Amino acid sequence: MKLWGLRTRLLLAFSLLVVITAATVAGGGYVQSRTLILQQAQDATARVLVDKATALFPLGPLPPGDGTLSRISGELSDRQLSSLVLFEDRASGNQQLRALISPELRERVRAGNVAWQRVESDGTPMLVVGTRFTVLLPGGQQRDSGIEAYIARSMAPEATSIDELATRAWLIGGVALVFAVGLALLAARGVLRPVRELGDAARRLGEGDLRARIAVRGSDELAGVARTFNETAESLERHVGELERMEADARRFVADVSHELRTPLAAMTAVADVLEQEASRLPGDAGRAAKMSIEETHNLTRLVNDLIEVSRFDAGAAALAPEEVDVAEVIAASLRIRGWTGEVEGDLPSGIFAEWDPRRVDVIVANLVGNALRHGEKPVSLRLSEVGERITLEVSDRGPGLAPEVLPHVFDRFYKADSARARSGGSGLGLAIAWENARLHGGTLSAANGTDGGAVFTLRLPRRGVTA
Amino acid sequence: MDERIPSGAAIVVGMPRVLLIEDDQAVRDGLSMALGGRGHAVDAVATGEEGLARLASRPPDIVVLDLMLPGLDGFEVCRRIRAAGDLPIIMLTARNEDIDVVAGLAAGADDYVVKPARAQVLEARIRAVLRRTGQPAPAVPVPTEIERHGDLGIDRAGLTVTKADKPLALAPTELRLLLELTQVPGRVLSRQYLLESVWEHGYFGDSRVVDACVQRLRAKIEDDSSAPVYVQTVRGFGYRFGPL
Repeated sequence: MKLWGLRTRLLLAFSLLVVITAATVAGGGYVQSRTLILQQAQDATARVLVDKATALFPLGPLPPGDGTLSRISGELSDRQLSSLVLFEDRASGNQQLRALISPELRERVRAGNVAWQRVESDGTPMLVVGTRFTVLLPGGQQRDSGIEAYIARSMAPEATSIDELATRAWLIGGVALVFAVGLALLAARGVLRPVRELGDAARRLGEGDLRARIAVRGSDELAGVARTFNETAESLERHVGELERMEADARRFVADVSHELRTPLAAMTAVADVLEQEASRLPGDAGRAAKMSIEETHNLTRLVNDLIEVSRFDAGAAALAPEEVDVAEVIAASLRIRGWTGEVEGDLPSGIFAEWDPRRVDVIVANLVGNALRHGEKPVSLRLSEVGERITLEVSDRGPGLAPEVLPHVFDRFYKADSARARSGGSGLGLAIAWENARLHGGTLSAANGTDGGAVFTLRLPRRGVTA
Repeated sequence: MDERIPSGAAIVVGMPRVLLIEDDQAVRDGLSMALGGRGHAVDAVATGEEGLARLASRPPDIVVLDLMLPGLDGFEVCRRIRAAGDLPIIMLTARNEDIDVVAGLAAGADDYVVKPARAQVLEARIRAVLRRTGQPAPAVPVPTEIERHGDLGIDRAGLTVTKADKPLALAPTELRLLLELTQVPGRVLSRQYLLESVWEHGYFGDSRVVDACVQRLRAKIEDDSSAPVYVQTVRGFGYRFGPL
């Protein structure tokens, strides 16, 4: 799972959403319920106080005696309520209450309000409500009596209810969060699976598997993307297929033409030999014409043979027939057969064995050395060496070397370094065929210029030829 | 042609008779002309059927056979000639397809030439093959000296090979290969060496020619050609006679 992948982001978004929603809904409900519960408790307590105080009305003469104060406190107390009545410096009732009455509360009570305050007493939440008694003067006038009465009740049941509310809110929030995470994972999977399939298919397509398609499920945006992908892949496959067909057609055409040329060439080649024996006896132009047609027949034969060889590489029909050979032996035989032994100097240590196709290696050597003898200056030198499993053969000449603009093209088919130059006896395919043969062995053939001028062709082949 | 030599004799004196089976008229005429100019008596026919018929009526010294023939194809013609006897066969293939070459050699051809071939190349191959067959028997019979190699008895002078005292019918190329190998028993000869010495290939030849001939030779001389005793393969190097 990627750190900031789609899954993480979806998970976070869902969780955040749930936390906010839960906080808003459960938290809001909690606060509202709590306020309501407390309000009701306060209102009820205040009403009780007012009712009881009203029932005590009218009070006795002022200043009240101790009896009056204790009567008031007695009247105000019950099982749930404890009370304290204050008059100037006298007090009656539950003296412990005095500690719970804050100066602000007293202030507000003295001002003539029914005031309340929530306090804590030894860890228990308490509600303290206070009021001031008035006396009715003769003539219906009311006056402050100076008597303050306070009642206190425990808010423990309400606190329990509120705690329960909070617990429930947390619980609901937690369950919702778990549910949200599950939902987010599900959604992520729903989104990620098609995305992953799309990614896989795109990768396969990139790797050349043009048949890569994805299953289109449903009709959402992802399905749309999948459909588009499939259409694109299809069109790509069609186009590539068409190009491949065209290329194959072109190659087949070259191969067919080459093959078709063989039969007339076979006849021409056969009679060329007859003509050759007579040519020297033919007078003047007829003799020269005969010589020319003989020579060109042989050139054409070489060209057609090379074209057929190239066609076989193109068609993938070229196969290796590897044998274990002494590399120096193969190279020496290649030179000896062509009468080049005297024209080539070299360092060909014997005892380097490799599993190569000797006929193909012979073609490579013949083309490289032939090319060096034709285009370079003598001496042409060969250097054979081995490092581990790689065997290297360098063919270098002392000619002017290869021009920088020619270097990248030396192995191109029919590439002529100098378009003005006359044909040099090669088919123009020799180096291309050598290059293909090197590749067939799982090796490389490269061209460069030596430090002291002259072209250097380097053949590197693995000891064990691998069929491409 | 020297009419005194009975046709079909293994000994070639004077003009070797070549039966050319080739369907393309221009190639047929061209090769006839070229081989004729180089001292061969060429009998040219266009189809395999004609070729087989001609074989019976005017037996040649060697057959040059195009593989791509209408009707009876070259492989089949090759097999039939081989079944009938040891007449040397050089196949002519317009295609350098490996499968054709292998199939042609398996059908019993002694050698092959890829078209378009220069007449001198074809001619050299013909001469090389004929040299294997055309060694004249000594005028005065020399005391036969028979080399013994296990069950094999080899008479170098008489050019005969026996196995358990029964004569073996070896094709000329097979015989030459066996003689070459038995000359140095126990020594490994590379395919390239054998190509040059037996087939006289002057260029980097096709060692499958050797492999195909070894297969045919083994089929005749070994008790079990899948577990050869006489002609053993030395992987990566070549072939060796024995050790027994």
